[in-house]
Amino acid sequence: MRFIIVAGTPSSGKTSAMLHTIRHLQNDGIRVAACKIDCLETGDDERYRRLGIPVAVGLSDYICPDHFYVANLEEIWSWAEQQKAGVVILETAGLCHRCAPAVNGCLTICVIDYLVGIDTPKKIGPMLSTADIVAITKGDIVSQAEREVFRHQVTMLNPDARVIDINGLNGRGSLRLRNEILNHSPLEKISGTALRYPMPAAICSYCAGETIVGSPYQMGNVKKIDFGKAEVC
Amino acid sequence: MLKKISVLGGLDKDRRKESINRLDINAGEVLAVAGPTGSGKTQLISDIEQYADGETPTGREILINDLTVEEYTRDGISRGLVAEVSQKMNFVMDSSVEKFLSRHAKVRSIETPEKKIAEVLRVTNELAGEPVYPADNLTMLSGGQARALMVGDVALISNAPVVLIDEIENAGIDRLRAMEILKGQGKIVLLVTHDPALMLMSDQRVIMKNGGMYRLQQTTPAEKDIMKQLVAFEKDISRLRDYIRRGESIKHHNILKEIISNGKNFITLSA
Repeated sequence: MRFIIVAGTPSSGKTSAMLHTIRHLQNDGIRVAACKIDCLETGDDERYRRLGIPVAVGLSDYICPDHFYVANLEEIWSWAEQQKAGVVILETAGLCHRCAPAVNGCLTICVIDYLVGIDTPKKIGPMLSTADIVAITKGDIVSQAEREVFRHQVTMLNPDARVIDINGLNGRGSLRLRNEILNHSPLEKISGTALRYPMPAAICSYCAGETIVGSPYQMGNVKKIDFGKAEVC
Repeated sequence: MLKKISVLGGLDKDRRKESINRLDINAGEVLAVAGPTGSGKTQLISDIEQYADGETPTGREILINDLTVEEYTRDGISRGLVAEVSQKMNFVMDSSVEKFLSRHAKVRSIETPEKKIAEVLRVTNELAGEPVYPADNLTMLSGGQARALMVGDVALISNAPVVLIDEIENAGIDRLRAMEILKGQGKIVLLVTHDPALMLMSDQRVIMKNGGMYRLQQTTPAEKDIMKQLVAFEKDISRLRDYIRRGESIKHHNILKEIISNGKNFITLSA
């Protein structure tokens, strides 16, 4: 099974880009399953369902969505196998810019849009720098010049990534995404594969539901700002 | 070096073979893509932009210098083949014109950026109605100024050998001069347009119908003459516009008479 991980900034067009790509795969006679991981709620499963493919949803709720994501990869794999899928698309939202969902052996696509600002690729961090493919949306409404500068920024941060322009509205570019998926070797099993970038530790009282501000309420793995080293504005 | 792009015909919306088998566009040439809404203009452009290899809905294939795209680019993805200027594009970056152009020039590893930027501004101001200054903010430019700057930048800084121009007739720039400038840089210009003057200033035009390439017309010398008439006619209208905008009232009918007689000439010529 080919395991495809899709992440990106909010409202960048992850689902739209994937819907067009899945249609191409369906035309090739490939059985696709989709799973959406989100924090509190999502409506994207409905959009995937309209393609007539099996869809699963995982809501992390009170758990850090990124930890929730890793803890469920094996289960998503088994579910997709039961659906007899040849390709499983795992779309994850709620990633903070500290985390990256990329897993060795899985094709990882980072979806961002040209409107986020020219210096934003840097802020997106490991989610972008560990991706195999960076898909950039909304190129139809910004100038060619800005697109070229933006793409350059992306290439500087992730020289190995294939950068693909994709239009989530009309699907332009999705054929290349489909080709990338087909060129990616299927994975034997996901158990035992490794994250490309480790997730941050977070085991403190706030993880356990504490809401009150102040040191007496803080226990566990708590890190404080060192103001002696902080830059003076 | 890209010298030629060819489109090998595929299927129209009824899955019938399209009338045009092969369309060649050479560097320094303009191809107009014309036809009513829904006739397949966007799909043709999209096939060229995606370097279709028989896999798009139309089944068309694109050749570059008579080679398949795979042969032409080893990894199958050549970066920045097609640059685009369209009516709905905007500058979104909060920066001065000069700073941004210098950033773009740096990305393109241009050796003498100052010289290049001055050149871009000169071209921009040749095309725009109102002057653009280096310290102007990009996002504050008018529609016409922004489009003029986009053309100047695509012509001189972007290294994409193919330029796609999508319906810029209402953009308020000297569009015929814009085409001359892009051609002069040896670009292949693809022009989606409903504007008769632009259609006739191209070297050839492909007419789209029902999703297929329906007719391919080389622009004849007679058509070039008509284009010149048309441009003169437009100049008259523009003079009339300026006249009214200045606050004058039309008392003597002279301007109008002149335009009407030009218009009559034009109609006789094209009939």
